[in-house]
Amino acid sequence: MSMKVAVRQVDGVTIVDCSGRITLGEGSVILRDTVRELLGKGNKKIVLNLQDVNYIDSSGIGELVSAFTTTKNQGGELKLLNLTKKVNDLLQITKLYTVFDVKDDEASAVKSFK
Amino acid sequence: MAMTEQRVSYTLDSSLETIDNAEEKATRVATELGFADEEIMQISMAVREAAVNAVLHGNAYAPDKKVILAFERAGGDLIITIRDQGRGMDLSKIPNPLAPENLLKTSGRGIFLMRSFMDAVEIRPTESGTELKLIKHVHGPTAGGKEASQ
Repeated sequence: MSMKVAVRQVDGVTIVDCSGRITLGEGSVILRDTVRELLGKGNKKIVLNLQDVNYIDSSGIGELVSAFTTTKNQGGELKLLNLTKKVNDLLQITKLYTVFDVKDDEASAVKSFK
Repeated sequence: MAMTEQRVSYTLDSSLETIDNAEEKATRVATELGFADEEIMQISMAVREAAVNAVLHGNAYAPDKKVILAFERAGGDLIITIRDQGRGMDLSKIPNPLAPENLLKTSGRGIFLMRSFMDAVEIRPTESGTELKLIKHVHGPTAGGKEASQ
């Protein structure tokens, strides 16, 4: 299943609902383009909802890091929401879990920006 | 790979499709050998990362260069070999992705993930590229396939 994203706004925070696979190629490109487009439009409070992301490879991890740093460099914040066990495990072994702000419910994720 | 066969190999193009293809083949072989679900994911991801290395960093998508992927059951081990025809890899130049100064790098985690998921990873230069050997114990203490868990 290829990567799909749906973007919505909740109380001034942009939620990006991601589904499928974030891997080298299409998945990584879609994520990169989505975040760049959001930042370009001035959306600087971003939550990536990864609830339906069932697979991510090292390129996908790199893309998450890139999204995080790009957002930060533009004065914004990017947080992760609802990690699956696979993604959670990957962020743990790569020590990125402590780098990202990871939330497990949407309301607290949105509230954490205020 | 049928369970009765001991070795099977494929010659694949240097394309993105090869990466998905290699991952799918690894999933099928690991499933047939009775690995647990978690181990199947680990093996398929390690193979995917090795295929990314071969296609992207080794062969650099060159249409005249191939990736050789082989699965072998040897004793108690599943041995997966991925060979490219690229310039070779200098392991000393691959930084530790867990070092604080490297945590926010956007690449350089492939070999680390392979080593995390497999029982052994051997990397060696060949006359025409790089060969990665990924080894998983079929009935080892960390493999513990379906048979062992029953």
